[in-house]
Amino acid sequence: MHIQLNGERREFASELTVSELVDQLALTGRRIAVEVNEEIVPRSQHAETRLTTGDCVEIVHAIGGG
Amino acid sequence: MSADPRQDIPLTVAGRTFASRLLVGTGKYRDFDETAAAVEASGAEIVTVAVRRTNMGQNPDEPNLLDAVPPSRYTILPNTAGCYTAKDAVRTCKLARELLDGHNLVKLEVLGDDGTLYPNVVETLKAAETLVNDGFDVMVYTSDDPIVAKELERLGCCAVMPLGSLIGSGHGLLNPTSLAIILDNAEVPILVDAGIGTPSDAALAMEMGCAGVLINSAIAHARQPVRMASAMKLAVEAGREAYLAERMPRRASASPSSPFAGRINA
Repeated sequence: MHIQLNGERREFASELTVSELVDQLALTGRRIAVEVNEEIVPRSQHAETRLTTGDCVEIVHAIGGG
Repeated sequence: MSADPRQDIPLTVAGRTFASRLLVGTGKYRDFDETAAAVEASGAEIVTVAVRRTNMGQNPDEPNLLDAVPPSRYTILPNTAGCYTAKDAVRTCKLARELLDGHNLVKLEVLGDDGTLYPNVVETLKAAETLVNDGFDVMVYTSDDPIVAKELERLGCCAVMPLGSLIGSGHGLLNPTSLAIILDNAEVPILVDAGIGTPSDAALAMEMGCAGVLINSAIAHARQPVRMASAMKLAVEAGREAYLAERMPRRASASPSSPFAGRINA
């Protein structure tokens, strides 16, 4: 399956959950927020939220800004 | 002049009270160590951050801004910088709320174009209404238009933050007359956000009665940012004290400070 991850197309061998995606990206435990198809996926629901092909995923963090 | 002297009351934003009236940004620093040192020297309690896509494939040990300015110590104020529509600004605020464990204080800014970074007030008004209805406490960056400032207050924004001049320009307060009208009409804290270039600009805003100022570039782009952070802290305190003290009236003629009586040549 494929997803659009932070604006880039990514291919995966099989379907995965948000938790599994975060883990594959080595972001587990980091202060991030996840949005799928313009809806927030709360951290408490990462494990149970399945991604499906074509999903648009945004993963953000805090950086310096005014 | 009012009958009673002005009394100091702490800055209160969305029910939270702050001793410092200087808010600082975290952009444009060399590294997080410099950011942390400058924020510390500024005495600021409210610190703005931006929300951006995480770099994929980053080093897992890459330093994190929120380790340098921990939310346990500072009130983090996520901004919507870089948003040009109400929709993107609202999405960014929701991401920020998730990022910060339900923290609902945000700095709303919806920009009009890249060249001026001037606020798009039409989109700003739309976003403000949506965010307030969604339970956010909205501190809003806007133009120095008194009608728009009042409208943002009416929509329920907890603080209104007109620009002094263009973001990052360091031109100071270019329209103090308009700012004075905004201050006269306001029932929520008014903070100058954008344009402060040097401590005298910050002091002037505070002397006029602003509840605070938000500064990023003027500290981060000083040759010695940590020292400038300290200078801004002093300026904001001095300006606030002067506002409370109430300045002397201006006079058209001179008035000697030393008495005429008793001069040796009299």
